[in-house]
Amino acid sequence: MMSKIKSLDELKSVQEKFRAGRDPNRPCITVCVGTGCLAYGTKKLVDGFRAELAKRDLAGKIDFRTTGCHGFCERGPMIVISPEKTFYQRVGLDDAAEIIDKTLLKGEIIDRLLYVDPATGEKIVREDDVPFYKKQTRLVFGLNSKIDPESIEDYLAIGGYGALGKALAGMKPDDIIREVIRANLRGRGGGGFPAGWKWDETRKAEGEPKYVICNADEGDPGAYMDRSLLEGNPHLVLEGMIIGAYAIGSSEGYIYVRNEYPLAVKNIHTAIRQAREAGLLGGDILGSGFSFDLKINRGGGAFVCGESSALFASLEGRAGEPRAKYIHATHKGLYDKPTNLNNVETWANVPFIIERGADWYRGIGTAGSKGTKIFSLVGKINNTGLVEVPMGTTLREIVFEIGGGIPDGRKFKAIQTGGPSGGCIPEQCLDMPVDFDELTKIGSMMGSGGMIVMDDRNCMVNVAKYFTNFLVNESCGKCVPCREGIRRMRDILIDITEGKGREEDVELLEKMSKGIVDGSLCALGGSAPNPVLSTIRYFRDEYVAHIKEKRCPAGVCRELIAYSVDQEKCTGCTVCAKVCPTGAAAGERKKAHSIDQAKCTKCGACRESCKFDSIIVR
Amino acid sequence: MEEKVREIIQQYSGDKSYLVPILQDVQKEFNYLPKDALCAVSAHLSVPISRVYEVATFYKAFSLKPKGRYQLSLCLGTACHVRGAELIARNMEDILGIEEGDTTADLEFSFETVGCLGACALGPILVVNGDYHGHMNSAKSTKILKKLGKKVTTDDEQD
Repeated sequence: MMSKIKSLDELKSVQEKFRAGRDPNRPCITVCVGTGCLAYGTKKLVDGFRAELAKRDLAGKIDFRTTGCHGFCERGPMIVISPEKTFYQRVGLDDAAEIIDKTLLKGEIIDRLLYVDPATGEKIVREDDVPFYKKQTRLVFGLNSKIDPESIEDYLAIGGYGALGKALAGMKPDDIIREVIRANLRGRGGGGFPAGWKWDETRKAEGEPKYVICNADEGDPGAYMDRSLLEGNPHLVLEGMIIGAYAIGSSEGYIYVRNEYPLAVKNIHTAIRQAREAGLLGGDILGSGFSFDLKINRGGGAFVCGESSALFASLEGRAGEPRAKYIHATHKGLYDKPTNLNNVETWANVPFIIERGADWYRGIGTAGSKGTKIFSLVGKINNTGLVEVPMGTTLREIVFEIGGGIPDGRKFKAIQTGGPSGGCIPEQCLDMPVDFDELTKIGSMMGSGGMIVMDDRNCMVNVAKYFTNFLVNESCGKCVPCREGIRRMRDILIDITEGKGREEDVELLEKMSKGIVDGSLCALGGSAPNPVLSTIRYFRDEYVAHIKEKRCPAGVCRELIAYSVDQEKCTGCTVCAKVCPTGAAAGERKKAHSIDQAKCTKCGACRESCKFDSIIVR
Repeated sequence: MEEKVREIIQQYSGDKSYLVPILQDVQKEFNYLPKDALCAVSAHLSVPISRVYEVATFYKAFSLKPKGRYQLSLCLGTACHVRGAELIARNMEDILGIEEGDTTADLEFSFETVGCLGACALGPILVVNGDYHGHMNSAKSTKILKKLGKKVTTDDEQD
């Protein structure tokens, strides 16, 4: 256990002590154990390394570190070996011994574990040379790979809590707020509201206590950057919150985190305990006289609780229903007291702004959006993962240079940003720079940073139905336009995808959207029609094909398609017959098969399994 | 069971804001919220049973019905969706004979779809009692159900 740090000088010497303990030239094996890599079974690899290192008596000679998410989830399990920064990907769970013996002890590179650049076919040895990383600016997220999230010593060794020390020792609360306003830090949870102004409002509001809350109720499907930050670098988020609390004049805070993120909950618990022990959280922080403490609250699995007033209701032990916000949360939030709520990534940016100054921060990004943004790049993309880029990077750079394009040589169709209430962006908008304002202009939004790539086998009407259905399930039911309106929109979309659409439906959808946007109480309803509106705007022809021709061009909507076998291509290998759950696909060995339409449930098993691309969907 | 519920409740003071955390602990212990437990929580926090019920039915994390021996969660996050998770959901519903969110009558299988598990590189993902099965498709899901003891009738067997 660490003893309490009582002053800025003591903090500096503690940081120095831990920094000195980390010899940058000593070999170090770093293994990513974020949730994504753990799902690959990486725990076994970690155990393997520990056992093999112990067996060879290499403790003290080779460092071994488990870290949070590195971002390149597609290629896990992955390890980086310092100081050369050798990058091994898709590491086998039994490869530990070989890696230690060959690479660590003999300096040999293991060829099969290297990343191959699909564009050039070239094998890449160093992590920094991998195109996925090369084009990124990993300001906030990059620290993940340098520290063990369960070790406050690691965080201190890389200068952690330095910004807090600087703030408490040399800055007045107003100075801090001014710096954050000048940096133009905007809310990363989706709203894009300037954080500094919010802080200022809360500071000036009357009422005690004042609350500071971290919104980690990351509910957008396909977005997991907040989880990876909390999991991989919890102290960074804490440091941002403590600085914010000091600036705002708050002594109590909460972290509202999804219960579906057990590793994040565990790591943030550990971090809070460690920070308290080190005198960085609790009473008289760093001997400054300022006190602040935090509680963790696990969400109950309701998307709407990411909305501020619903989140407060949930913290108070009630159903998470939003309320009308005639009075801002900065004046009457949790328990009707002044409350400042910011998202995980917003908090994580704060220490950088305080440490390096607003001028430096303003140097990154576009005129209206400063700094970097972490996106979760998923769906039909070669390099699934978390990417951090300066605001203003184009979608094309993100999808094709960092993301490596679309798998299986298929064609890009759309990229969906902003979560369920965002929009689908077509190819002609790919050269647009991504920031808060540009995305809104083309009918989508930044949201929390999910980017879901779709190819020509994705039906845009089906996608609109998917998101609308998600929002029907997540609507809290309090106000009529949202509860009934979105439901009706979904019913119309279901009809269209089942071939029962009417010509006037598209117009009706547009009309209803306006009513729902205008009449809903909170942002969930207010933005719910976005997926429908943006797909109508950019992919109207697909709606028309479903309605007029009763045809799904992408071959997705079950009621409008039929599976058949291409008699030319089929080799009679019988795989489809084996996987077909209903016996619809059948035929004699070595003769072209066929599909009995009466029995076919259109489950897609035959198409997935056919190695000769001979299943036709029309 | 009473004993266990009391144990959980005693860890919290009577503050009403503990309603959700207590229910989370009860859910974790029993895999559902038994009626008696809801009444006990209501008494402990002096919260009307109607409000306990409201909260218990509002949040997805809670279930008022017992869950099956095998809990199957299929990720229907957007990334999994665009990679065809919907087909898998339909296939599993067909085979299990239940709808998403239900449990088979023999209490063997509970099948639910979930928002996003955040392991999108592995999508579509099926989680069986906490174990991740990545790059799922309809055929693989049928295989997993067979392995877990679900009798899958193919046409040949019907004949």
